[in-house]
Amino acid sequence: MKYIDEFRNKNQILNLADLIRKSVTRNYAFMEVCGGHTAAIHRFGIPFLLPDNVRLISGPGCPVCVTGTDFLDKAIAYSKMKKIIICTFGDLLRVPGAVSSLEKEKAAGADIRIVLSGLDALEIARMNPENKIIFLGIGFETTAPGTAATILQAEKENSENFFLLSAHKVMPPAMEAIIKDGVSIDGFICPGHVATITGSSIFDFIPESFNLGCVVAGFEPTDLLQSILMLIRQVNQNDPKVEIQYNRAVTLKGNSIAQKLMSEVFEPCDATWRGFGIIPFSGLMLRKNFERFDIEKEVPMRINLQEDNELCICGKILRGLKTPGDCPLFADICFPENPLGACMVSVEGACNTWYRYKLIK
Amino acid sequence: MCLSIPAKIVSIKGDMADVSAGGAIFKAGLHMIENARVGDYILLHAGFAIQKLSEKDAEETIRLFEEINNSLNE
Ligand code: SF4
Repeated sequence: MKYIDEFRNKNQILNLADLIRKSVTRNYAFMEVCGGHTAAIHRFGIPFLLPDNVRLISGPGCPVCVTGTDFLDKAIAYSKMKKIIICTFGDLLRVPGAVSSLEKEKAAGADIRIVLSGLDALEIARMNPENKIIFLGIGFETTAPGTAATILQAEKENSENFFLLSAHKVMPPAMEAIIKDGVSIDGFICPGHVATITGSSIFDFIPESFNLGCVVAGFEPTDLLQSILMLIRQVNQNDPKVEIQYNRAVTLKGNSIAQKLMSEVFEPCDATWRGFGIIPFSGLMLRKNFERFDIEKEVPMRINLQEDNELCICGKILRGLKTPGDCPLFADICFPENPLGACMVSVEGACNTWYRYKLIK
Repeated sequence: MCLSIPAKIVSIKGDMADVSAGGAIFKAGLHMIENARVGDYILLHAGFAIQKLSEKDAEETIRLFEEINNSLNE
């Protein structure tokens, strides 16, 4: 397929790996922020192509993994109410809440449906006027504009039974939190699809304030290797800056229509990230004009805040401080069929990826 | 979840398109892109086309890979 095969050329993969081997002069650690990158890196065996002194560390960019237990517990509580249909991306289904998961509630009879987009959920709302439909909005800047477009459509149709439970988040504040947390890295492999929307310029503060390099990367093997090479060169030349490797999708300024949709519908709010706690202005909530689509305004819900499983170290993994191999439960008690933490559920989660690619400690 | 895949527009109706990727057909909202045409390649994410892919830039990246190829073989 076009735009895929050209970036999986074996000769070019080996050449780039060769060039990386010739360019290294010290130890390097780079964080891939995006869960999609984590999955691609292991799928294509990138770590095996890199010299030992280039280390890749997974970051907080899997939206399922960073969604707080409180969000799931709320969704589960709503799912138990009469005349409510929960619409969710499939990835959320198996994430453990405090005591249950959406999957378990579905098996017990709750009306929980998997959708591919917000528009599918809106269609379910049209077909079921007697019920309240709650769309579970998760995801970063890549996903939030789609939810915004859906809300605008719901408003246009005067929908009275479509609602949103939002856990949408934005990336830069989490990257800042990681740097301030003291993780030791030499640069970021920046999330290519977040930047497709926002533009690469949202990362400018990272070299400016923290002296760390950034390369916005694509998701194919040659993309990833080229990005790593660019980062190594930045380090070697002591010239941290924001560069775009993924130029077929990313520009400096990004997709302005998507940005407009997002800012018309949402405003920044504080948000809870699994493993981090509350990060100021890192979440997106509906603006006042669209409040009537907020399920928490329509049907207020209070849940008891529960602690996450204290043995699960997902939080430290998401902050780049530990790897799945450091978790005593990994592949022992916790595996994809019996996930104790969100990092084991999502196919973009570090624990799940490690398990599938047999990076057993 | 954050996965976005390249897909080709096969038909357009209003602000929705059918797009093909990996042999399957998906629905894609065109709310975020301008002047979409049948035959264009887009990035599909969670039911929306989030960007048109730039053929020119893709070719430029590939040209760079080829340059690397040549320089290593010299
Ligand atoms: S292996 Fe399981 S318990 Fe351990 S950090 Fe990962 S998700 Fe949590």
